[in-house]
Amino acid sequence: MSILRRAFARLRSFASKPPLDAELEAEIAAHIELATQLNIERGLTPIEARRQALVRFGGMDLVKDQHREARGIMKLDILLQDFRYTIRSLSRDRGFTLIAILLLALGIGANIAVFSVVNNLLLRPLPFPDAERLVWIAPPPTKCGLSCATYSTDAYDEFRTYSRSYQDVTGYFAFSGPGNLNLSLGGAPIPATSVDVIANFFQVLGVQPAMGRLFRPEDGNNGAAPVIVLSDAWWHRQFNADPNIIGKAFDINGQQTTVIGVLPGTFDFGAVFSPGVKIDALTPLNLYGPPRDEGNIITMIGRLKPGVTLGQAVPDAASAAPHMCWNNKYPDSCKGYAKDGVVPVSLKEYISGKLRRSLVVLWSAVAGVLLIACVNLSNLLLARAAARTKEFAMRTALGASRLRIVRQLLTESLILSSSGAICGLALAAALIAWLRHQTALALPLVSLLHIDGAALGWTVLIAVVAAGLFGLLPGMRMAAGNLQDSLKDSGAGSGQGRKHERLRSILVVTEVALACVLLVGAGLLLRSFLRVLDVDMGFEPQHAAAVNVDYDDNVPNDKTGALSAARRGVIFKQVIDRVSAIPGVQAAGISDYLPLGQNRAWGLPWPRGVKQPENVHGSPLVYVMTPGYLHAMGTGIHGRDLTWDDGPNSQAVVLINRSFANFLDKYAKWPNHDAVGHILGDGKGLLIIGVVDDVHEESAEGDAGWQIYYSAMQNGPNGAQLILRSTLPPATLSSSVMRTLRDINPKQAMAEFRPIQSLVDHANSPRQFFMLLASSFAGLGLLLAAIGIYGVISYSVTQRTQEIGIRMALGATVAKVQRSALAKTLRLAVIGIATGAIVSLVVSRTIAALLFDTNPTDPLAFAATVLLIGGVALLAGYLPARRASRINPMVALRNN
Amino acid sequence: MGESKLDLLQGTLDLMVLQTLAAIGSQHGYGIARRIEQASQDEVLLNQGTIYASLVRLQQRGWISAEWGTSDNNRKAKFYSITRNGRKQLEKDAAYWQRLSDVMGRVLAMSPEESAS
Repeated sequence: MSILRRAFARLRSFASKPPLDAELEAEIAAHIELATQLNIERGLTPIEARRQALVRFGGMDLVKDQHREARGIMKLDILLQDFRYTIRSLSRDRGFTLIAILLLALGIGANIAVFSVVNNLLLRPLPFPDAERLVWIAPPPTKCGLSCATYSTDAYDEFRTYSRSYQDVTGYFAFSGPGNLNLSLGGAPIPATSVDVIANFFQVLGVQPAMGRLFRPEDGNNGAAPVIVLSDAWWHRQFNADPNIIGKAFDINGQQTTVIGVLPGTFDFGAVFSPGVKIDALTPLNLYGPPRDEGNIITMIGRLKPGVTLGQAVPDAASAAPHMCWNNKYPDSCKGYAKDGVVPVSLKEYISGKLRRSLVVLWSAVAGVLLIACVNLSNLLLARAAARTKEFAMRTALGASRLRIVRQLLTESLILSSSGAICGLALAAALIAWLRHQTALALPLVSLLHIDGAALGWTVLIAVVAAGLFGLLPGMRMAAGNLQDSLKDSGAGSGQGRKHERLRSILVVTEVALACVLLVGAGLLLRSFLRVLDVDMGFEPQHAAAVNVDYDDNVPNDKTGALSAARRGVIFKQVIDRVSAIPGVQAAGISDYLPLGQNRAWGLPWPRGVKQPENVHGSPLVYVMTPGYLHAMGTGIHGRDLTWDDGPNSQAVVLINRSFANFLDKYAKWPNHDAVGHILGDGKGLLIIGVVDDVHEESAEGDAGWQIYYSAMQNGPNGAQLILRSTLPPATLSSSVMRTLRDINPKQAMAEFRPIQSLVDHANSPRQFFMLLASSFAGLGLLLAAIGIYGVISYSVTQRTQEIGIRMALGATVAKVQRSALAKTLRLAVIGIATGAIVSLVVSRTIAALLFDTNPTDPLAFAATVLLIGGVALLAGYLPARRASRINPMVALRNN
Repeated sequence: MGESKLDLLQGTLDLMVLQTLAAIGSQHGYGIARRIEQASQDEVLLNQGTIYASLVRLQQRGWISAEWGTSDNNRKAKFYSITRNGRKQLEKDAAYWQRLSDVMGRVLAMSPEESAS
């Protein structure tokens, strides 16, 4: 208790320092007067009496100091003094302070931004309650795309029945295309994108509506009134955030659809499940209606029961798999899932697992940048400390302890690093805000990026660590200095100066080496990215655009589908003929799916008369198209294209891609390895009329898989994408094309023109994103290293001004002086680059998995790095060298 | 001459102040300093100012209390007096010093022959 009271008394007296000081003054005055009075009574003269009193009292200042120390918190006093002193000395040296804070702001800002991304994707749980219990249920990736990663409605039902690990299992329709909703508010319909989800979707994820309600089981039943749940973004954009929207009905795809709820801003379906694609609304999936027999259409997501681990869920799923049939009507189809397995993985792993390696690399890169910034600052502080040697020596001589001086230096570092951290935080906030709006970026959860408490904690941590890193070395150096030497040392050319310079050179070499490692890494990533851009996609992305075409091929009482197929052919031919007639359009065609978008497979058609081995898996991705599509896409054909005569009543025909043809040829052994003219399947079969170029349908980086192209007049397409090839910009073309489409079909929505290039860009965007960030960090590292070199050389020139002056006076030429400064630069750069290159050889191996078609020891990346750093180093060294050569010997000698 | 002795042993001055206040009741800083000097028969020449650090320390521990008042010759001065806690502390400290000085006396009374042999 008494300790507490004392602490309180001390704190209070610290807070009320001026009145207490005044009180002490009064007390001392009274003391002196009393003593003087007594001395006078003893017979001394008043002056002598007062003198004696003062002598007996002792050193006035000492007494005051003792008093303060006894009553207050001396440490706090000192800290405040250090703080004030630092602020004073930093504001005197404004240039240094600005550069230091800028360096730190860049280094720390980059770190906070990357930390926020890492935190968002890797560290933080997904934005759902108890998110660690959510799992993604799918077979391991295979050759048939989304169709092999999804389940049929029957299989979904059986899995729900036979698995025991789950509180509940849900899923969504995986094949919704962009612009699948047409919202009619009078005038041309407005396209939007929705995804059909199973009614329990939100319960399983644990999402609550911001307004209204979410789906109930009956919303997905046959004949249920159409309902829709809006995303927060669409509600704002399309409906002006109407607070009374719940219960309103709109004409969506020709049906009056009631808005029952609005999702919270924290749940963005696209951000979680389809990065880079905007999902405007969610609609209930009717499990018992038409999709029932459409095959694999559902992606499954489960919520594990509390206490059930993933390790228990995996065998549970495997034991449920044999019960799952593709279609319960066909007992044959029940083995399909058992073979590939039904494998749960954590939802988070599914969403961000692929990115872990890239993020870790990025994280290391920013750490490298911060390290360079710290080394740089350490160097600057060392130079400053050298200039302040005398100041510190003087303070030591006047009684300051070493500890006090080191503490002073550390205070300085802390103030610098906290200022840097505050600026860095602002920088990071701007970067994060910008990133959040990169909706086209195919990275998950980007729209949920924000700087949270963890990021703030991280900021504080790196600010303190950085202060320690760059403050300790100069501090120790200072404290270890010899007092007398320092006082005597005039600074220039003495031993102390040399020692400082060696230390600073080591720091610069470290910086150059670090920058070298960063540049090599960035160079390798850049080269990989360029390689990816160089990949022949199998189509020509430039000068082509896609637009969603609405059509109505419905024919009443069409039992076989032949009538509507014929009608479709007529509509599509009309669309293509009329659009092709628009000036500037070079080619046009229709396909239901586009490369790098959705995909599906319809099983594996096998050459007629050839025995199919047991162990053959996978099936080609299916595209249903019209004549002219391949030509419009720029995909080459061997054989012939479809014609408008390949209709419902003629021989079924297909085109297959080269990889698939080669695969089949291994078994069929076609004459001249030519697939054209051969038949796949039984019955009437499918006549192969052409072999087309391999198209990269999932990514530029992966292998081209198998593809098969059917005629839209012989099979039902899943929508229609009109491809236009034209050198005119899409903006010019879109109005006339849209007029034509609306002329043919008044219900045509005002669909967006999507350049085919944007599909490729979207697919490459994660790689581009990482490459850009890594390059910026490497650039930053290079800049910092250049500043470091400039600082050291410039400082050494300043220190040796006199020496250079003497040399010049003795006849050294301008060129010689320049050469000597440049040689020094070169020496530092060469040692740094050599060290960096060796470290890079080791480091580049660790990022080998992120590279595409690029060797980790790629000579070009290394050579470019060496040249770049060498060049920048020479430039950074040349500026001070030129200054050295311009020294006027007379001025230099007179100086000092 | 002997003045540094008091500074060497931390807490000595605090104890003297407590004892002085216990003996003479309420007194100001100068009075306390004078009394200590007199009691020590001027063997300690104390820097009188040092007493104020001691006074504030004791005050913060709650062993003495302070109040502004008027001295005999009509001057305003701060008067200190010992509290109940201060008396208890004084008892403890005095006993401790007594023991220490006894021990010191016995140690210093050892005869020189023993160490010589």
